Amino acid sequence: MKSIADIKAIREKMQAQIISRDNESEANEIRVVVGMATCGIAAGARPVFNELVDQVANRGIKHVKVTRTGCIGMCKLEPIVEVFVPGQEKVTYVHVDADKAKKIIDQHILGGKVCTEYLVGDEA
Amino acid sequence: MYRNTVLICGGTGCHSNHSAEIYDKFVEEIAAKGIKEDVLLVKTGCFGLCAVGPVVIIYPEGAFYSTVSVSDVPELVSEHLIKGRLVERLIYKDKEVVTKALSETNFYKSQTRVALRNCGVINPEDIDEYIAYDGYQALIKVLTEMTPEEVIQTILDSGLRGRGGAGFPTGLKWRFCRNAQPDETGIKYVCCNADEGDPGAFMDRSILEGDPHAVIEAMAIAAYAIGASQGYIYVRAEYPIAVSRMRIAIGQAKEYGLLGKNILGLGFDFDLDIRLGSGAFVCGEETALMTSIEGKRGEPRPRPPFPANKGLFAKPTVLNNVETYANVAQIILKGPEWFASMGTEKSKGTKVFALGGKIVNTGLVEIPMGTTLRTVIEDIGGGIPNGKKFKAAQTGGPSGGCIPAQHMDVPIDFENLAAIGSIMGSGGLIVMDEDNCMVDIAKFFLLFTKDESCGKCTPCRIGTTRLLEYLDKITSGKGELSDLDEMEKLCYYIKDNALCGLGQTAPNPVLSTLRYFRDEYIAHIVDKKCPAGVCKALLSYEILDTCKGCTLCARNCPVNAISGAVKQVHKIDQSKCIKCGVCMDKCKFKAIVRK
Repeated sequence: MKSIADIKAIREKMQAQIISRDNESEANEIRVVVGMATCGIAAGARPVFNELVDQVANRGIKHVKVTRTGCIGMCKLEPIVEVFVPGQEKVTYVHVDADKAKKIIDQHILGGKVCTEYLVGDEA
Repeated sequence: MYRNTVLICGGTGCHSNHSAEIYDKFVEEIAAKGIKEDVLLVKTGCFGLCAVGPVVIIYPEGAFYSTVSVSDVPELVSEHLIKGRLVERLIYKDKEVVTKALSETNFYKSQTRVALRNCGVINPEDIDEYIAYDGYQALIKVLTEMTPEEVIQTILDSGLRGRGGAGFPTGLKWRFCRNAQPDETGIKYVCCNADEGDPGAFMDRSILEGDPHAVIEAMAIAAYAIGASQGYIYVRAEYPIAVSRMRIAIGQAKEYGLLGKNILGLGFDFDLDIRLGSGAFVCGEETALMTSIEGKRGEPRPRPPFPANKGLFAKPTVLNNVETYANVAQIILKGPEWFASMGTEKSKGTKVFALGGKIVNTGLVEIPMGTTLRTVIEDIGGGIPNGKKFKAAQTGGPSGGCIPAQHMDVPIDFENLAAIGSIMGSGGLIVMDEDNCMVDIAKFFLLFTKDESCGKCTPCRIGTTRLLEYLDKITSGKGELSDLDEMEKLCYYIKDNALCGLGQTAPNPVLSTLRYFRDEYIAHIVDKKCPAGVCKALLSYEILDTCKGCTLCARNCPVNAISGAVKQVHKIDQSKCIKCGVCMDKCKFKAIVRK
């Protein structure tokens, strides 16, 4: 038999595991989109994506949705991560790896400061 | 941590369209591609939009895939789950606009999901998912913070009324039962009416299939409120998926100590069992239902005594419908003011309707009380298919009546529907277009109630038979004008004298069609014509001079009633014709008409 504390623990564990099945996109929701077409995956987008998902889940960050998208067209700059903050201009990060992904979460998503060093520069 | 969640509808509609095989194929493909760790597969209850099933939704994108087949699965896995590209061709299109998320569609936009909140969202066979969506929090709150009287007052304040059709205030029912004096055993019971019998209704079925724990939790709350420790869910054996998910849910709840002795160690006992019905319509009537649970033949008994005083096994009993229970936990958690803020003055909250008949979006919808029929049919339901005209909507099944086009802007609630001669009923909503004959509709429902009458009381047993005979007479072209008055008299006699709700409401389809479509009855009687072209005895098919003599009709006629040589105008032998209409459907030159 479970106790109230057990039920609470199950609830918290499950809530952390479940990807939002809410169909309303919230007004203040930040979208983090990883380019995961063949080019992106070949360049190493999967570990980046996994890092982003794990960071958001493990740290209980709300209002952030990590999703994937297809090829953006600049295959040589992959892995590409784009961050959409409502009311602000889209930010495009290039040549991202797992460490950079973590920094994007820390500095940009949580800190509100764009990681200028990873931005698409003159290369494009 | 899963990267994607794939929801596959396991409701009855999608299930019958092979959603179970789609699920199996997903399991196979995901294993083959080595992404088993990344993807959570969930078989859910009904999403509501049954017309475009089988439905698959993939999160976090919230992509809504419709009419998915087993052969589409490899593409969904390799494109969406691996490459993250939406499979556009399968994305649901709402009026030719490609829609990504459910909430953006016309079908879902005007809906408010309270009773159906978890249907199509959680895995009904996993209690942990229910708990993640605040499951059993209301029960914990009730057992730790509230007295039984406070629970009853909360339900009363919310304005919740019985969703089975009669609309009796739920809190009042609970209070009567709490105050009822039990016999020396002190036993009281809590029952759930899941014997959904109206043709075309599948609201309760979908809730049991999609969110069984919501019903269990609410029944435990009701038991605490009235002082019961045993409950029964009476569900028809024709609902195999609902029964099996309910069994699983009860098993899981017992395992977690949410049912049984000393729930969560809080000193409250409540156990729950399922009783299967064999599908008799009358067993949806409360006294017949309890008689059936007692193991006797399912026949109603006179009230009073009311179940709150003398119900199941002659003990004080609360009996509520599935949808009523599905609202309870939310009311406890969000407060009575929240619930009472939805709806109209006397009908609070939302109501689930099963949309069927001549409507584009056949399915399950939940709307705030006070929404108009026009919104339900035109916006949510997507209108009438094939450019036909709306004629009437039937609510309340065989106990209800029809709502004609002139009342489409009436806000739907208990009082308004009664005022226009229909009833809220349990939530079946069948839409009819200009091709439906209203006399034939009345006959259909009367045939149903005549068959389902238990025979215990004479007004219902003989009355419905006589009423059906009048309708047979009229639809076969032998009716007389005096029949209409006789029928009306008989209707009121049955209403006033039948023993139970089945008989008392059985004449409603006749009365309401007589009220709004009397001219159709008169056309059948005086002109010997069926304006909608349904009643076969009043029809004839004729071949016009524009016939090219292609012989297609003659070759397709099942009874060889059509004669004529090649390139000559053909002729139908009316004495042989069975009026099946095959010739008219086959003719490429529109040379055959129905008169």
